Amino acid sequence: MNTNSNKYIFLYATVMVVLVAAILSVVAVVLKPYQDNNVKVEKMQAILTSAGIVSTPADAADLYTKHIVREILIDAQGNVVASFAGGAFETGDRRAFDADLKVELSKKEKGETYVMPLFECDKDGEKLVIIPVRGKGLWGPVWGNLALKADLNTVAGATFDHKGETPGLGAEISTTAFQAQFVGKQIFDNGQFVSVAVVKGGVANSNINPAHGVDAISGGTITSVGVSDMLKDCLENYVGYIQKQTQNDSTTVQ
Amino acid sequence: MSTDNNKKEPLFSPKNIKLLTSPVNMNNPITVQVLGICSALAVTVKLKPAFVMAVSVIAVVALSNLVVSLLRNTIPNRIRIIVQLTIIALLVILVDQVLKAFVYDVSKQLSVFVGLIITNCIVMGRLEAFAMANKPWQSFLDGIGNGAGYAIILIIVAFFRELLGSGTLWGYQVVPDAFIELGYRHNGMMILPPMALIVIGVIIWVQRSRNKDLIEQ
Repeated sequence: MNTNSNKYIFLYATVMVVLVAAILSVVAVVLKPYQDNNVKVEKMQAILTSAGIVSTPADAADLYTKHIVREILIDAQGNVVASFAGGAFETGDRRAFDADLKVELSKKEKGETYVMPLFECDKDGEKLVIIPVRGKGLWGPVWGNLALKADLNTVAGATFDHKGETPGLGAEISTTAFQAQFVGKQIFDNGQFVSVAVVKGGVANSNINPAHGVDAISGGTITSVGVSDMLKDCLENYVGYIQKQTQNDSTTVQ
Repeated sequence: MSTDNNKKEPLFSPKNIKLLTSPVNMNNPITVQVLGICSALAVTVKLKPAFVMAVSVIAVVALSNLVVSLLRNTIPNRIRIIVQLTIIALLVILVDQVLKAFVYDVSKQLSVFVGLIITNCIVMGRLEAFAMANKPWQSFLDGIGNGAGYAIILIIVAFFRELLGSGTLWGYQVVPDAFIELGYRHNGMMILPPMALIVIGVIIWVQRSRNKDLIEQ
């Protein structure tokens, strides 16, 4: 057979490409459930870590059901539109866990109606509220979770992750040393929302109240500013909700 | 290669064994042929990702060698590079998908480097130099051998980088806390890519001082 004729070459290439495409499609479909599950477990672990609960991929799902007592979706005015607790819906029919923050934030940007997810966590009797955040770093997206104490003001813990920040510089936002700075910071100043700023040159050298700022990463300024903006932009969506909650609860000190 | 069907060569004849062992030492793809350096720098900060990368490369080289060798008489010469690349790409995507499904954390650390096996010169090099002209079994062994030659260097480099850079091996701490209290510090430089090159350089030095045949005149 003449393997160098045009006809043969075209036929060979066509058959090969169709075969390869078929194999890849089958594999992608077969492995999809496993891959989706990994992504879910990772999300659960990130939420648990911000509340200071240590988990492994194996026990993340169990710990999540045990500690995350309620998943809430709020609208732009801070009203609860869906609430999911103990495996059943109290109101609405969407789980906050399934809400994609990226999609919701882009809806907000376009002026469409959006919802924001938050998670209520029971950590050995202590109530924490976990707010997922997402923003832009230098090279790609940065995201994380911020756990607030029951007063919905004091930060109990924070975790950040990134797609591809520079190792040793911007990538330091995912280290515990950077994240530990957030513990004890406050996002409200006398009832006014101020967020937690990531301050270039250090909080001590700035005129920002140390209760509302953490030190930026040297050499990672753009990532640090990205984290700062991310916290401000995302947390401000919850201000309405938090104010409603604190008004209902007179014992809460602002 | 013997094509005589009556006198079949045993599966592990000395010649076939040599296909396996020669790339591990005398003809090592990294230290002798200086191929695949990029990924050797990128994924050797820790042992675990280096090991997974090594296994992935062995699988891709061996299987693509096998497939290309099986098809070698049908592949049209004028598009042979395209055919080879398609086969490599297929296998690499398969490996990537399997890693994402079963060792998600490692696949995240390896990120793009699994995909970049496609561009790893070792794979294409073996297909062109060996699989296109040899029988499937020999090609498969040659693939395993070359993959293993790559793997062993990756693992040696990762061993030293993780031990000296992070004080751990496979994620477990091996440098005792008492050392650190006495003033021992992890060498942050080991975590950065240049140190991978230096470690590879030291390996080449050791290999050549033990094996004078490798020294160029």
